[in-house]
Amino acid sequence: MTTIAEFSVQYSQFLDSKSTLKITEEQLASHGINADTLLIFYKHMLLSRTFDTKAIALQRTGRLGTYPACIGQEAISTAIGLTMRSEDVFIPYYRDVSTLLIRGTKMEELLLYWGGDERGMDYSVNREDFPLNVPIASQCLHSIGVAYAFKLRQQPRVAVVVCGDGATSEGDFYEALNAAGVWQLPIVFVVINNQWAISVPRDKQSRCETLAQKAIAGGFSGEQVDGNDCIATQIQLEKAIASARAGNGPHLIEAITYRLSDHTTADDANRYRPIQELEQAQAREPIQRLANFLLERKYASESQLKEVQTQCTQAVEESVQRYLDMPPQPTSAMFEYMYQEMPEQLQQQLSQLSSHRE
Amino acid sequence: MPEFTLIEAVNAAMDYEMSVDDNVIVLGEDVGANGGVFRATDNLQQKYGELRVIDTPLAESLISGMSIGLAAQGLKPIAEIQFMGFIYAAFDQFLCHASRMRNRTRGRLSCPMVLRAPYGGGIHAPEHHSESTEAIFAHVPGIRVVIPSSPARAYGLLLAAIRDPDPVLFLEPKRIYRAQSEQVENNGIALPLDVCFTLRQGHNLTLISWGAMLTETLAAAEKLSEEGIEAEVIDLASIKPIDKSTILDSVEKTGRCVIVCEAAKSGSVAAEISAIIAEEGLTSLLAPILRVSGHDTVMPLFKLEQQYMPSVEQVITAAKKVMEY
Repeated sequence: MTTIAEFSVQYSQFLDSKSTLKITEEQLASHGINADTLLIFYKHMLLSRTFDTKAIALQRTGRLGTYPACIGQEAISTAIGLTMRSEDVFIPYYRDVSTLLIRGTKMEELLLYWGGDERGMDYSVNREDFPLNVPIASQCLHSIGVAYAFKLRQQPRVAVVVCGDGATSEGDFYEALNAAGVWQLPIVFVVINNQWAISVPRDKQSRCETLAQKAIAGGFSGEQVDGNDCIATQIQLEKAIASARAGNGPHLIEAITYRLSDHTTADDANRYRPIQELEQAQAREPIQRLANFLLERKYASESQLKEVQTQCTQAVEESVQRYLDMPPQPTSAMFEYMYQEMPEQLQQQLSQLSSHRE
Repeated sequence: MPEFTLIEAVNAAMDYEMSVDDNVIVLGEDVGANGGVFRATDNLQQKYGELRVIDTPLAESLISGMSIGLAAQGLKPIAEIQFMGFIYAAFDQFLCHASRMRNRTRGRLSCPMVLRAPYGGGIHAPEHHSESTEAIFAHVPGIRVVIPSSPARAYGLLLAAIRDPDPVLFLEPKRIYRAQSEQVENNGIALPLDVCFTLRQGHNLTLISWGAMLTETLAAAEKLSEEGIEAEVIDLASIKPIDKSTILDSVEKTGRCVIVCEAAKSGSVAAEISAIIAEEGLTSLLAPILRVSGHDTVMPLFKLEQQYMPSVEQVITAAKKVMEY
C-alpha cells in the first residue's frame, strides 16, 4: 500500500487569550495593522456587543421578536467586514451583526427584521448582499451562484459566505464545497464554530478533528484560526480573499469561537451548557482580549476606550429610536413583493382583506 | 417554418433566448456534451460554451440553490432537473429561498430563474420517473408553475418563463415529448403566462386539463362530438396562478365541468379548480364537478401505469355522467 495523498490543516493564533502578541510589530505593520486600525476593530466589535445587549433588552421588554445574539463572535464577524471590499458579496447566516454593519446595513434595518417588519432586509447600502438566512447551510449554495456569476463575467470579486458549526453537517454545505472546488470559484467559506448548534455540542456534530478539513473533500484548502483573535482572523481572511480574487479558487476558514449567549432569546443554554465551560470561554472572549492589548501597548488609554463605549451606546440608542419611530407597514406589505406584478388572485385576496379590515 | 416536436421546441426556445440574451445560462446534470437525457439541451454547449451551459455535479439542491445566487446577480438561469422524481432535493431551495427572495428583500434581490423538469407517466420508465406532483409546487406562494401541452405552447411558454422576472417551475410532459410535430415559427415570440388556452369550443360541458392528459381529453371531446355532445376544452397551462376568468366564463356557458389530471386525486390541482368553481361559479353549475384523475396510490411500476392514468373512456364516462343532469 502506498500513500497517494496527504493533507494538513493549519491553525493560526497571533493574539492569544492572555493578550500576548505572538508575532512582531513589524509583521503586524506589514499587514497594515497598527494602533489606529486596532482601535477601529475594537470599536466595531464593541458596537456589535452593545447592539446585541440592547436587542436582547428590547426583546425582553416586548419591543423585538426572538433574537439570536452574536455575543462572543465579534472578532471573526468584524474581520470579515473589514477585509471584504464593497464590491464583494456577503452571504450571511443570521449572527453577522458586525460584518453587516461594516458593509453598510443599518442597525435599524436589523431591528426591523427581528422586530417582524418586512422592510428590514431591504438593506439601503449593501444592495447586493444577501438577506439573513434562517434555514441552516442553504446560503452556501447561493454563494456558488454568486461566485459563478463573477467568474462568468470575469469580475475580480469575491463571495464570502458564513455558516455555523452545525451547518457543516448539512447536505447543502457539502454540495457547496464540492461545486466550489469543481469550478474553482472565488469564494471564502467561513465556518464560525461557536461550539454549539442550539444544544448539540461540536463533538456530537462531527467526528472530524477539524471542520476546516471538510474543505479538503471539496478539493481545496481549509484552515483554523482563533476566531476570537482580531489579528489572526484579519490576516488569514485577507490572504484567503486576495487569493480568491486572484483566481486561485475557494478556501475555507474555520473560526474557533464561543457562543457566549443563548442560541436565541427563546433559548435557555443553562439546560445543556456546563457553567464551567462558559466561564472558561469568557476568559477567551475577543473584546476584552483586544482591550487589554491596546492598554498594555498604550495604543489606547482607558478613557479612550470608555469614549468608544459612549459612542457605541449613543449610536445604538439613536438607531433604536429610529426603529421605534418607524411608521407601521401597511397590511398590503405582505402582498406587494410576492411577484414583480401582482397576479389577479393576489389582487383579489388583498382587496378582500382590505375591505374586511376597513 | 420549422416543424418541432415538444422537446425540439423546448430546445429551440432556450437556443433562441441564449442567442439574444447573454444573461441566459443553462445548468443541470448531463446538459452539456450529452445534451440532456431527453436531448432538451442538445447542441447548446457546442454553441454557447461550457461556461454558459454547465454540467453540474450530481446535486439537485446545488442546481436550484446556485440558480438563486446566479439570479440575484442578474443572470437568468434555466436549470434542468433530470426527472421530477429527483426534484424534491431541489424543492427546499425553491420553496425556502427562490419563492421569497423578492418579498423578503422588498424587491432588492429577485429570482428570475426557470426550473425545468420532465414529469408524468406513460413511457414505461423505472420507479421515481413517472410522478405528477405539480400540486405540491402550486401550493407555494411566489412562484409560477407552467405546463405546456403542445410544441407551439412549449416554445412560447418557455420563452415567457425565461423572461419572467420571478421563479418559474416549467414541467414538461415527457410522454408527449415526441408524440407530435407541428409548425412553430422560431421568432422569439412568447405566449402569455397566467392564462388558459381554449383549445376547442363547445357549449355542453367544459373539459379542463393540462400537459399530456390533453391528448386523452381532446380525443374524448371528438368522440363526444360524434354523439352530439360538444365539449369546450381548456388547457390550463398556467398551474399557478390559475386563470380563473377563462374557467368561470366557460363554466357559466356550459354549466358542467370535468377536470382531467394525471396526478393523485386528493389535494390535486383539480381540487383547486373545483374549489374555484364552487366558490365563484356555483350558480352556473347544472351538475356536480367531476374529477378524472390518478389515484391516491404511489405511481405504480410501469406494468400498471396505464391503469393508473386516466383513459379516453374514463373521460367520456365522466362527461356523460355530468350530461345526465
